[in-house]
Amino acid sequence: MSKKDLGLLILILVVGAVVTAINPRFLSAINLANTSNLVALFGILSIGQAFVIITGGIELSVGSLIALLGTLFIDFIAVREVSWPLAFVLILVLGAIIGFVHGWLITRLKLQPFVVTLCGLLIYRGVARFYTADGTAGFAFGQNFPTLEFLTAGRSGGLPNSFIALIVIAIVMWVVLHRSVFGRYLYAIGKNEEAAKYSGIRTGQVIISAYVICGVLTALSAIYFAMYTRSISPASHGQFYELYAIAAAVLGGFSLRGGEGSLVGVILGTVLLQELQNLVNLLGIPSSLNFAVMGGVILIGVLVDQQWGVFRARRRMMEATRQNVAGAPAE
Amino acid sequence: MAHRLLSGVMNYSDTSFAQSTTAPFLSLEAVRKTYPGVVALDGFSMEVRSGEVIGLVGENGAGKSTLMKILGGVTRPDSGSIAVDSVAHDGLSVEQSIGSGIAFVHQELNLFENLDVAANIFFGREPLRAGPLKLVDRAKLREMVAPLLKRVGANFSADAPVASLSLAQQQMVEIAKALSIKARLVILDEPTSSLPMAETEKLLDVIKGLKAEGISVIFISHRLHEIERVADRVVVLRDGTLAGTLAKDRINHDEMVRLMIGRMLKEREKAGEATRAPGSVALSVDAVRTSTYPDRPVSLELRRGEILGLAGLVGSGRTELARVLFGIDERLGGSVTLDGKPLDVGSAADAVANGIFLVPEDRKLTGILLDLSIAQNISLPNLPAHARRSLVSTSAELATAEKQKKNLGIKAPSVATRTGTLSGGNQQKVVLAKWLAMDPKVMILDEPTRGIDIGAKAEIYGLMRALADAGVAVLMISSDMEEVIGVSDRIAVMHEGQISGILDKDDFSQENVLLLAVGKTPKLLQAAGGTQ
Repeated sequence: MSKKDLGLLILILVVGAVVTAINPRFLSAINLANTSNLVALFGILSIGQAFVIITGGIELSVGSLIALLGTLFIDFIAVREVSWPLAFVLILVLGAIIGFVHGWLITRLKLQPFVVTLCGLLIYRGVARFYTADGTAGFAFGQNFPTLEFLTAGRSGGLPNSFIALIVIAIVMWVVLHRSVFGRYLYAIGKNEEAAKYSGIRTGQVIISAYVICGVLTALSAIYFAMYTRSISPASHGQFYELYAIAAAVLGGFSLRGGEGSLVGVILGTVLLQELQNLVNLLGIPSSLNFAVMGGVILIGVLVDQQWGVFRARRRMMEATRQNVAGAPAE
Repeated sequence: MAHRLLSGVMNYSDTSFAQSTTAPFLSLEAVRKTYPGVVALDGFSMEVRSGEVIGLVGENGAGKSTLMKILGGVTRPDSGSIAVDSVAHDGLSVEQSIGSGIAFVHQELNLFENLDVAANIFFGREPLRAGPLKLVDRAKLREMVAPLLKRVGANFSADAPVASLSLAQQQMVEIAKALSIKARLVILDEPTSSLPMAETEKLLDVIKGLKAEGISVIFISHRLHEIERVADRVVVLRDGTLAGTLAKDRINHDEMVRLMIGRMLKEREKAGEATRAPGSVALSVDAVRTSTYPDRPVSLELRRGEILGLAGLVGSGRTELARVLFGIDERLGGSVTLDGKPLDVGSAADAVANGIFLVPEDRKLTGILLDLSIAQNISLPNLPAHARRSLVSTSAELATAEKQKKNLGIKAPSVATRTGTLSGGNQQKVVLAKWLAMDPKVMILDEPTRGIDIGAKAEIYGLMRALADAGVAVLMISSDMEEVIGVSDRIAVMHEGQISGILDKDDFSQENVLLLAVGKTPKLLQAAGGTQ
């Protein structure tokens, strides 16, 4: 765990302690279970976003995708009577295809990630609303999918199964990001795409893969969100979720320029965001201030981090000038 | 000095007046400037009189750009003095340079392509209308621009968007801009290098016009015949010193070349002779065209065990050729074979897979990742070989890096050191190390020793020779004449996108290379029966 991650963890614990002191219900089993469920849902989404951000890209369409894919999933199993495992796989494949198309447009047609995914944001929201004729997608009365419900919204020993899923995904993705060849390529491309290309890396393929990973994880979280809310009105479902995901990554130490950030960081970022949401509820702060609190905390966090970076760079430079009379950096 | 104060308004005065001025407008005395490991200018003196056109020539790296930086106030000389209107300074600041009326027209133009001509000329100095809104007075602006455009002989209007102008016309805009700030010395840095013939003519006329107005011009160009036509005096730089000055009646092509390269038979710095005869053709390039020179096919054969030097002036298409061979740029036509088999590289990854490696020109942007460690940089192109089941094996990575660090003598605390903290020479060794750790068949090096101190240079020459001796085909692009002659087994010279000639060892001379580089026929080559 890096110093950055450790600082974030300490902040989470301090905020938790303060909230507990004011309202002890923060630590109640039911609150913790609810919060950890939300951490899981947003965490899966944010890990996907992190893979895109590490390449220096951004994926703005995930909120709309959650609405579209969630709507389709419920429609498949509740209305069209597709077996749920098949629907589950279909949705993940759909997420992968959409991610592939985004990546393809960005790498092959050289469109900017912001533009491509902004269009996605508008298109998928529109399609979702059209698909339900601006109605609501939901289950009929008495309709049950016990296994699916257990896996998505159930609990094992008090722990939400969604949270267990997050932990499994996080471990796998940690290995991919921090230990695999592919992960090294991602960092290299984020740091300097040109130099990575000159080292013989197929940068286009790697970037497309990042968008595919993001698409699949978004699809997975879309299913979780759908099973969590159980009914979806596509006009508002998942709105601003792309911003939660980006915020979690930024809080977790990711640079939007790419090449920086850790998986632990993005998970901790998600935890902090959900803790802040929870804090607003528990401390009786008007829920209309919700976004303002989040924005304020992110701004302060980024500021502190940046100032710390400036301070460290200055210290490093001073040390370098003191040591390097022999002239290591010649130019 | 009274007339000097009026200089801004006496641009239309006759030439005899301007030339009768005795004290020079600008004079440099024993200017010296060093960079770590390099003496860029050493005891350089020159003067510029009003209304004089000075041709400034010298090879790449002779110190021209350092001189420009000093005149522009971007850098200060270590010693020596610069006098403007007989007032001596230790060095100029940017403000002093502009205030003295020194204006630059750079090879890369600094215009806002999205604005029109008038807006560009008076950018930041627009005439404003009265009133609180401070709107731009467009009528007044046009009025001010018209005479300037007339003076440079512009054939375009003041409200033409700059993006719609040709390169020569854009240069005229730059010159008009210089005139608008009442420039007394206009420095043109390689203005014609990318101009077609007809446009060049126009520009030379503008230079004559400036001279007629009593404005001094320093004209830097590799095209010696243009210098012959417009210069009143030629100043030749070589290795940071004044190699000589040619008065108007002595300006001719051969004299300039002679001064640029110094003694005809200068001692060569050899990097070791080839120990074996060159082997079979490794890479054969046939009628390949690049996007920069889409109508100029390039053909070339590169043999195993040889170092082929690729010489030519900056912009002659050498780097573009390297980028095509390495799969970065698209090959527009022609064919390439590797060991006799047709080769189609669509990306750098393809080139690497085929054992064609490139040490690029821009080390920091494309050669290495400054934020990664030495070990991570070295393993990057060959990461799957340093991994088990797709997971990176740090120990394998470190082992490779340690070996390369020792072989190449990379000076760093450890292989985990960030490459960004290394010196230029050591960074370049890391670039080489990542390819040497693999199995090169063809090694292309683009300006491999630029910005590297002399010690590291010699080591890199040694490495190149060792590679060639091991049977690798080495293609070295270099603008350093001594390097090209000292290191290569054969020299191919490019001129405006084409191979203008290939020299065998017996025909190596700076003069021959330079003649080919400017598109002339090398005399010695013909006498020796010619190659190619």
